[in-house]
Amino acid sequence: MSAVVKEYAAESVELPPLGTAVPSGIEVPVVVTRDMCRNPDPGQPGEGSFTRGIFPDGYRGRLWTVRQYSGFGTAEDTNERYRFLLDQGQTGLSVALDLPTQCGLDPTDTMARPEIGKVGVSLSNLSEMEILFNGIDLSRISTSFTINGTAAIILAMYVACADKQGVAREKLTGTIQNDILKEYVARGTWIWPVRPSLRLIADSILFGNKVTPRFNPISIAGAHVRDAGCTAAEEMAYTLANGLAYVDELIRRGGDADRFAKRLSFFFYVHMDLFEEVAKFRAARRIWARIMKERYGATDPKAQMFRFGVVCGGSSLVAPQPYNNAVRVTVETLAAVMGGAQSIFTCAYDEPFQIPSEFSAELALRTQQIVAYESGVARTVDPLGGSYYVEWLTDQMEDKILALMKEVEDYGGAVRAIEDGWLQLKVARRAHQRKRDIDSGAFPIVGLNCFSREGQQRTPGEVFHVDPKASKRVLDKYQALLDRRDNAAVGKALERLEQASADDQENLMPHLVECCHAYATVGEMVQRLKHQWGEFQEPVRL
Amino acid sequence: MTTMTQASPVSALRGKRILIAKPGLDGHDVGAKVIALALRDAGADVIYTGLRKSPGYIARVAVDEDVDAVGLSILSGSHVELVKETFQQLAAMGADDVAVFVGGTIPDEDRAALQAIGVKGVFTSEMRLDDVIAAVVSALK
Repeated sequence: MSAVVKEYAAESVELPPLGTAVPSGIEVPVVVTRDMCRNPDPGQPGEGSFTRGIFPDGYRGRLWTVRQYSGFGTAEDTNERYRFLLDQGQTGLSVALDLPTQCGLDPTDTMARPEIGKVGVSLSNLSEMEILFNGIDLSRISTSFTINGTAAIILAMYVACADKQGVAREKLTGTIQNDILKEYVARGTWIWPVRPSLRLIADSILFGNKVTPRFNPISIAGAHVRDAGCTAAEEMAYTLANGLAYVDELIRRGGDADRFAKRLSFFFYVHMDLFEEVAKFRAARRIWARIMKERYGATDPKAQMFRFGVVCGGSSLVAPQPYNNAVRVTVETLAAVMGGAQSIFTCAYDEPFQIPSEFSAELALRTQQIVAYESGVARTVDPLGGSYYVEWLTDQMEDKILALMKEVEDYGGAVRAIEDGWLQLKVARRAHQRKRDIDSGAFPIVGLNCFSREGQQRTPGEVFHVDPKASKRVLDKYQALLDRRDNAAVGKALERLEQASADDQENLMPHLVECCHAYATVGEMVQRLKHQWGEFQEPVRL
Repeated sequence: MTTMTQASPVSALRGKRILIAKPGLDGHDVGAKVIALALRDAGADVIYTGLRKSPGYIARVAVDEDVDAVGLSILSGSHVELVKETFQQLAAMGADDVAVFVGGTIPDEDRAALQAIGVKGVFTSEMRLDDVIAAVVSALK
């Protein structure tokens, strides 16, 4: 044999392991047969356990909402990006807010200044939101807000903004994340201690049920603990455990499960293990329907439905060979669709580097449209239903998720696990393990720990920069607002808010709407509530 | 804030005191915690500040705890401003001998700017933990 042939023998490249288990730690048989499945025939979609989906007609009746997370700089900059995305066929808006707005600090705060407009749009008061939605009819577009610490304030601002546009409040559609529990565990935009925060969330859900009945006042999110390093099973278990904590709080406040549960929604990451992701969602629909029915006595099928949005990408995307990320997002979108998601956000391939450029944002949007209109995957409900592997894996994920939920319950429930820092510790240790597995190559990522080469690309291609003058414009507009608004009216509205916050049975939402109408700022409202409630003290454990 | 010490079979950083800090408002702390655990595995005494600390607070803790190094974790894009201010605060407290490292979402084009401020190492998420530890060991020699 010649030397050349030898040099190119297959063994000359070290190949990564294919693996025999899904990342949640379930060992997969080489062949799955019918007799291994607990539910080889999973029934009909839109009824019973809802394993196959919450709608009898799947996406035939209505496609998922195509919803790209976007926001940066000033409200004017972001309004322009929204008009571009809507012109390109996006069907819902998803507002990214900057960290000062998320943490309840006005742009003039010293901690806020370096962060103005960086990871999202700055929205310190109603006048900014009026600019954000200028020319966008709030009765005809569904809007999602990724906001938690200050969610109730932003929801109140949205209601006030609809009032200003002359749009009836009951016509508003969309979702506000409003899930503070996972902020204490990962992501970190908490403000007040756990219990008053839960009260404010219950206020906003109960208010939303009455005043904005088509709007989802909470999206209980597992995405962030997942992105921090948890497995798919842990993501689902911890999220459902948080969901139960909200349900308990709503019941304590006199809520009716048949009413409020219809408007609970969820939010997850989709990473690369396609069948594990599909099984995760199928198992969750089954678990949630059963708990709502059996534990909380919800009789209306709509109150048993597990509705969720997803984000495809996140930490499954890497900087080396960045264009590979577009391929990953495509696989993840397929998993989301076959898992039955109600709304999908596809990350841009340059996610590991920056806010997406217009080029990468368009490619991410087109990915969804190609899956929706070219692949045919949305044609029939739950196309993987009845696959021995998928039915078996759904059973296995169900068992795994229930076991993890029981661990939290045995500890004393999600609230206690979070107040003590127990859940945070579990997530940190899992993240450390995942990083070690990536470093060792046990968890293969193409271009990062296998199939990489010298000189490979590790820059985003087109670079996006937030306009460096955005911060100054935000500060100028803020000062102008303070000068022109009726400060006496603002003071009175804030005073009423603070008084109401002392009584834990009073709903704060009408007071927040009133403050927004008076052009009180997010920072002012947060400050008043801090006077009453104090601040969260982070339990740091490693 | 928490302090931890743990014996480890790997002791490349034994006797070193390292502060891991989250300046600014960014709440993504998993990278900071993973690095803290890895440094501890390598024998260091690690202190972690918790979220949302000002550069002034971080410098104060660095001085009070007499640390050899500070690791700043920033994923919000505000790294240049926050690192600059942390250096000013350290200098003002007479602690310019503390080695400073930065980790997070740091574009390649900003590396030079951070190094010019005096940063001893810039770490991104795709780096292997062993390489991060090796870089810290070599900078603290």
